[in-house]
Amino acid sequence: MAMIDISGVSKSFTLHNQGGAVIGVMENASLSVAAGECVALAGASGAGKSTLMRMIYGNYLAGTGRIVVDGVDLVQAEPREILALRRETLGYVSQFLRVVPRVPTLQVVAEPLLALGVSADVAVARAAELLTRLRIPEALWSLSPTTFSGGEQQRVNIARGFVHDYPALLLDEPTASLDVKNRATVLALIREARSRGAAIVGIFHDAAARAELCDREIDVSAFAPQRAA
Amino acid sequence: MTPLLQVRDVSHFYGARIGCSDVNFDLYPGEVMGIVGESGSGKSTLLNCLAGHLPPDTGEVVFDTRADGPTDTVTMSEPARRMLSRTDWAFVHQHARDGLRMSVSAGGNIGERLMAVGARRYGDIRAQATDWLGRVEIDESRIDDRPSAFSGGMQQRLQIARNLVTGPRLVFMDEPTGGLDVSVQARLLDLLRGLVREMGLSALIVTHDLAVVRLLADRLMVMKDGYVVESGLTDQVLDDPQHAYTQLLVSSVLQV
Repeated sequence: MAMIDISGVSKSFTLHNQGGAVIGVMENASLSVAAGECVALAGASGAGKSTLMRMIYGNYLAGTGRIVVDGVDLVQAEPREILALRRETLGYVSQFLRVVPRVPTLQVVAEPLLALGVSADVAVARAAELLTRLRIPEALWSLSPTTFSGGEQQRVNIARGFVHDYPALLLDEPTASLDVKNRATVLALIREARSRGAAIVGIFHDAAARAELCDREIDVSAFAPQRAA
Repeated sequence: MTPLLQVRDVSHFYGARIGCSDVNFDLYPGEVMGIVGESGSGKSTLLNCLAGHLPPDTGEVVFDTRADGPTDTVTMSEPARRMLSRTDWAFVHQHARDGLRMSVSAGGNIGERLMAVGARRYGDIRAQATDWLGRVEIDESRIDDRPSAFSGGMQQRLQIARNLVTGPRLVFMDEPTGGLDVSVQARLLDLLRGLVREMGLSALIVTHDLAVVRLLADRLMVMKDGYVVESGLTDQVLDDPQHAYTQLLVSSVLQV
């Protein structure tokens, strides 16, 4: 059975404060990703790649259809079921790092494991290992990532997304703003996740990365609503 | 799993005016729910109804008590409700002086709540008070000072220590970071998050600050004119708001 299974999903935004304009962005989207498979979402800017990814994470509300991840339908699920799914099963590396000010980087990265009840020393050791691999200097670990450069924040975000072995992973531009060495490390992390059996959905503008990692591509523009002539 | 708190059709009226109306939700152990809305939206009225400070005009507030399981706290006896508010419940006021005894030392403020649940040995009480001052990052040398000699942020942390020392299961917070400057707010948020996780607390947080709920709350309820207009996962409600009022709230936040 597919780890991620999407069928008949539509989405529109109603802008109540801008004259009630309704903007249809997606119709009848369907997609299925098995464990150990990496699928790229393709399509021009504005085609709805991030929107679809956010719906899979439960961050955007789908209008109709089913989005089933590991047996949980995110369209119908209660908030606490979605939170449990995110804690245990579904990881998401977004393009932006959002953290509580003042919390040290090491803690930020270890947090997903602590939330799972992993003991503090194991969680911190695992976080340290990933930060080392992603070349974040140890001198920065005790500082909050809010003051880091864009590339460093991106790597902290990636470390946080890979600290737990999520069975399903959503990656939004994981290699953007990284140098050659770090890009190679991130690609290796993704490859390792895939070979341990994670189902991966990614957005990669980096065509070489996409070709190297992905089993197939889904063109999201196929899900664009049909415009009235 | 049994919800820790089940809220059914809770309404409160001020004469003919609506305070809050027909509020329904379940809160599960370990969940943190934010309640947002502008001034006068009914969020504080609701919180006070749930915490037993205001009698609801309709509805039930069912709390999963340790002794008897789910029990309606609206119809329970006054002594039983007061016992709950000293043990399993905690209430963090916006203004620390509403939740502290300003003429009693910091240690005394923490100890008083312990004594209310039966602690009697001075040494134990003092040790626990010292431990809690440390947890909320107040230097233990300040244990005999009165809260009136503390800064606003310290008073707020002391209020939190006083509330959490008895190991409550449900914490009501009314604008816990309101009126504090941002650096103090960040420190308090970090502290609250840590305590919620370590102690497995459930919490209801009333605030008008969307950044605070994004960082603290798993779930969010949006109120307007006494009614709940939208609820859901915090990040979903903030990033993809459905109701006109929520869209207005989210789009009105100033970017730094």
